[in-house]
Parts: sequence; C-alpha cells; structure tokens
Amino acid sequence: MRAEEFSERRDRIEGWDVKVTLYRIDQRYHCRVDNVSPGATVSRGDGKTREEAEKTAVDKAKERLGKTKTRQN
Amino acid sequence: MEQYAHPEALVTTGWVEDNLGKPGIVVCEVDVDTKAYDEGHVPGAIAWNWTTELCDTVKRDIIPKEKLEKLLGASGIAPQTTVILYGDNNNWFAAWAFWQLKIYGHKDARIMNGGRKKWLEEGREVSKDKPQPKPATYSAKAPDFSIRSYLPDVQQAMKTKGAALVDVRSPAEFTGELLSPPGLPETCQRGGHIPGARSIPWGKACNEDGTFKQAADLKKLYGSEGVTPEKPVIAYCRIGERSSHTWYVLKYLLGYKDVRNYDGSWTEWGNLVGAAIETGPAKS
Repeated sequence: MRAEEFSERRDRIEGWDVKVTLYRIDQRYHCRVDNVSPGATVSRGDGKTREEAEKTAVDKAKERLGKTKTRQN
Repeated sequence: MEQYAHPEALVTTGWVEDNLGKPGIVVCEVDVDTKAYDEGHVPGAIAWNWTTELCDTVKRDIIPKEKLEKLLGASGIAPQTTVILYGDNNNWFAAWAFWQLKIYGHKDARIMNGGRKKWLEEGREVSKDKPQPKPATYSAKAPDFSIRSYLPDVQQAMKTKGAALVDVRSPAEFTGELLSPPGLPETCQRGGHIPGARSIPWGKACNEDGTFKQAADLKKLYGSEGVTPEKPVIAYCRIGERSSHTWYVLKYLLGYKDVRNYDGSWTEWGNLVGAAIETGPAKS
C-alpha cells in the first residue's frame, strides 16, 4: 500500500498560517495540520473519509492554536 | 550527495527502497508525533519514541549509555550496523537520534533525505507491520561530549564571542513575540534570544520537498550570517531537536569541524533567573 490522494493547502486557523495535508493509506484518510513557521505539526486526525480526518485535525488545531499568545517586547 | 562534506551520512529515498531488508541495515523512524508511524511507514522500519526512548525520563538529559545499549540491542542493532534514520517534520527527531548515536560513537548512521514526507509523497510503499527484530548485543563507546554544549559553554561563548551562536527557531520566537511555535506548549518564562545569537531558522536549510538544499546554498546561508567553518558554532532552539538538524547540516553536509548542539536550548536559558536576554531582531 501507498499514500494516495495527496492534497496540500495553505489556510489560516485562529489567526495563524497553517498547512493542511491530506492523504489516504489503505482504507484510512489522514490529515495533518502544520504551522507554517517554524513548520511543526500542530495536530493530526484520521477517519474513514477525508472530511472526517480533516475535521478531527482542524478541531484539535483550533484548540491548540487558540492558546498561543503573542507578546509585546 | 557528493557535493556534501560527508555524503556517507545521507541517503536518498531511492537508496533506502533499493536496500530494504538487506542484512546489516536497520531503518528507524523517529517522529515528533509518535503516532505517525502507525499510519504506515517504510516497510521493515522500526520506530523509536523520542519522549520515552531517546531521553532520560527521570532527569532532563539525553539517553543514558545503558539505556541506549538496551534500545539498540532490542532494535537488532550491533555496533557495525548501518542505521538509517528518518522522520516527520523534515527529520527533526531523526537528527536528534543521529546526534545521540554520534555522542555514543555509533559509526554508520545516516539520514534519509526528505524524511517521511518525501517517502509518502513519492508514493513509495508503506507498511503497518511492526517488525520484531532479532536482538543484538550493543556496547556503546564512552560519550563524546565534544558535540554537545552545556549552559556554562554557552554563557562563556556569549561573553567571549568565542563561538557563533545560531538560534534556529522561528523569527517570532527569536524576537520574543512567541514563547513556542504556534500550537505547541510554552516551556519557558521569558521570550527572546541569547545575546549575540544570529537568527537562522532550521527550515532555511531545506527545500519544499523536505530535502536539504545544495551545499553551495547552505554555505551562503550560514556564511552570510558570519557562521563560517573557522569558528566554533553552537546551535540551539527550544528543546534541542531543531538544533540537532542544523548541527547535522553544519557538521555533516558542510563539514564544519567544531559544531555543538546546545540541547538545553531556550527551555533552559529562558527559565534561568537573571540570564541575559535580548529581544527584537538580531543586532548587526
């Protein structure tokens, strides 16, 4: 088996630039949300459909990114 | 690969595919997100969990010698085994594992250029099977800490400017606007950077597909910030894994002789009482 149906897009979640990557391995879809800078994975999700995988990952990303605070120096 | 100072420390995804299952070679996935391996991985690859297997789980430190020997032995790795490391996030923790293997003197460790991302995107075969390696006996060498910096080394470098300090975090972490990458837990009390450090984010060493940039581009990247082969270099980030990546680039791709990873990094410096901190962009 291989990773198939790859897609990648830029998006903005809770004010942060992110990259949303989706693919299928075997019968499962996998989604990963990475912050654009520095390029770390914020969340992952999987499911039987693309939508399910993406919703899981994006919901977790919203929660985690929503906690990130910027500071003024 | 021949453009790099140590081409023997880097392999392509194609090389890995051609050499899967050959005796004397162990492929190991080390991810930031330790669940990634379960989605599907390079066939025959084992996995190491950096949060439990590549560190001392009691005190904050790298893996102790005896624990490393057990881990490698259980992974079917002997001192003469070729260990191929790869992982997510363009090999952040694969580089962390590589750095620790070098501390303990493992001779033949290599990184798969482009890591997990490239393997998947190229549509190469993946497996969900978890191999059961035949145990081996591993006797590690005494740790070589010439590739590691501790806090006093960094304090000294800051005062004397005897080494180039390279902050590989994102620009917003460097200036102090952020205490951690967006979406990741904050692990320090203060933001900013070590006075005198140059900001060269780790990702500038990589192409979009996760592979390392050409040697000429890497030389230009670091040289333009005054980070040159003649002077010792200390790289740091937040917890030491992104800086292992830069350490690998400087030492193995560019051949700098004296490069150290300060794995205490910003979680140590940014929590120190009374430590000097600069905020805002780097001073020229």
